[in-house]
Amino acid sequence: MSPLLTVDRVSKRFPLKATLIDKLTAGLGNRRAGGTVHAVTDVTFEVARGEVLGMVGESGCGKSTLGRIVSGIYAPTEGTVRLDGEPVARGRDDHVDKLTTRVQMIHQDPFASLNPRMKVGETISEGPRIHRLVPASDVRARTRALLEQVGLEGAYADRFPHQFSGGQRQRIAIARALAMQPDLLVLDEAVASLDVSIQAQVLNLFLDLRRDLGLTALFISHDLSVVRHVCDRVAIMYLGRIVELSPAEQLYAAPKHPYTQALFASVPTLGTGRRAFRPIEGEIPSPIDPPPGCAFHPRCPFAGPRCRAEVPRLTASGPGRTVACHLNDGGVGLKEAA
Amino acid sequence: MNAALDVQGLTTRFDTRAGTVTAVNDVSFSVEPGRIMGLVGESGSGKSVTGFSILGLIEEPGRITDGRVLVEGTDLRAMPPGQLRSMRGRKVSMVFQDPMMTLNPVLRIGDQMSMAVRVHERMNKRQALARSRDALAKVGIPSPEERLSAYPHQLSGGMRQRVAIAIALLHRPAVIIADEPTTALDVSIQGQILAEVRRLADETRTAIVWVTHDLAVVSSLADDICVMYAGRIVERGTAEDVIARPRHPYTRGLLDSVPGQHAPGTHLPQIPGSTPQLSRLPSGCPFRNRCPRATEVCTTEPPVARFGGHTALCHHPLEAA
Repeated sequence: MSPLLTVDRVSKRFPLKATLIDKLTAGLGNRRAGGTVHAVTDVTFEVARGEVLGMVGESGCGKSTLGRIVSGIYAPTEGTVRLDGEPVARGRDDHVDKLTTRVQMIHQDPFASLNPRMKVGETISEGPRIHRLVPASDVRARTRALLEQVGLEGAYADRFPHQFSGGQRQRIAIARALAMQPDLLVLDEAVASLDVSIQAQVLNLFLDLRRDLGLTALFISHDLSVVRHVCDRVAIMYLGRIVELSPAEQLYAAPKHPYTQALFASVPTLGTGRRAFRPIEGEIPSPIDPPPGCAFHPRCPFAGPRCRAEVPRLTASGPGRTVACHLNDGGVGLKEAA
Repeated sequence: MNAALDVQGLTTRFDTRAGTVTAVNDVSFSVEPGRIMGLVGESGSGKSVTGFSILGLIEEPGRITDGRVLVEGTDLRAMPPGQLRSMRGRKVSMVFQDPMMTLNPVLRIGDQMSMAVRVHERMNKRQALARSRDALAKVGIPSPEERLSAYPHQLSGGMRQRVAIAIALLHRPAVIIADEPTTALDVSIQGQILAEVRRLADETRTAIVWVTHDLAVVSSLADDICVMYAGRIVERGTAEDVIARPRHPYTRGLLDSVPGQHAPGTHLPQIPGSTPQLSRLPSGCPFRNRCPRATEVCTTEPPVARFGGHTALCHHPLEAA
């Protein structure tokens, strides 16, 4: 079966506008002036219909930018994003309204993503009304049905966002996305701002909806346990690139990329008791001036000369698994060093 | 052993339009030198207000109405304001979620640190800078000498938080209150800071109160845990006991709802309903209408407990192992 979403060699770069101060200090080694943020670099993956793909990484790794490219909010600098073979966004300013309604996004902060002056019923029905997805006479009934589908009362349609808690608002945001009958949902840290007990409720709702509606989703999160719970496959991103892509079960059983391994080792988990952390050394490099070769090499315990010179390609490593590491592709070149 | 921090019956109220609410309700706990106490709760549980109340940092419309806060045996609440100010930063210090609450953006790190040193101790600038440099080295900041002349914006979020912790450590305080200090940081950076904090507690014998919503963090960092719900401590015990054998139904529910310990794709156990508003708490036990073990007595009688060992504030606690 052909995949629903195909992301092919997508890159996104943001030019930094040089301020007056940047221009004046350029001679003093200020690299901001005229610099470029390499937010996403050469990313390729597919999502099958009915699949939930997790996108994991730390801040600045490009996972949110990627989510926005998939949603058609940003046009990629290079590469293509296709839904059922049709491009989501063709050029820089190309708006393909009919297509972009097929991807709906759910954002992290339900306090910022809902218009405080609109009744939630209006918020939910606005999209279908404008795009004429539902006959005008059915809009009200449909809105009530959507609210009930996300575990709220239909009568809440006449209330305003401030009358709801964070968890309830996130349910409303989900109802708004579902109202467009999307083929693909992009959830960007959709449960990150919720308390644990509320997070469990919203994750359960997501699992129910997935079962009932056969949802396809890109699930962006920094939380490894949440991703483990809801995703079929997981992509790990580091500094704009996918470094590992694997079925969730195999990934969590045995992470292969040194960054993934380090990430897993530094996450505190319940029930391990007091223990020695094995944190990753050093910090995430700047995407304005990424290190040459493998972006992880300055922090990697296995790095060799090849890692400093050559960007590793994603290569197969077991069924359905790919890893971008020279260790998996001919070695890090320790011999040349000797 | 004498406690570094002993909080007794601390109560903080806020006057709101909906009436007076009790954000911190008769909270008592103590922390011995070198130990880390995890103060855990969800939003609105009163965990952060407890931290602020310990330092007397409560402003109108809030007020601390009751209780004692003993630091190495001296009651902070009985002190005149001037004396209390001399305790803050010297005997008790605070680390905030956002390090920019601590750092002045227009001063070099070395200048603001040495200023903090000289507020409490007579020494010249050079000595103060040396002390600052040592403090930066102690929290694992590479090339601390150079960092002294950096401005906060030149440091990453993780480095800024280390600087904030270094400032809290300048006077070798008996107690540090840390309010969600790693919540805004990435996991790899959080791991580094948790490792440093554990090492610092062991080495400097500072007692640390680590305020957080993250059960996984406290389970791997803290020695003891207090769980807060609706302004009260509802369970207290060693980290191992509370995480492995919770006695309060709320703690049990909270722990069960953490993903990662259940088969992927299955329903997570969830606590029904949401945290009640402090102005509209139910009668009796504030958790009763979300509680699977609640009975008649829970609606009429607020639970009372004599805390000692592993205790839950509950009419029907789960069996201790």
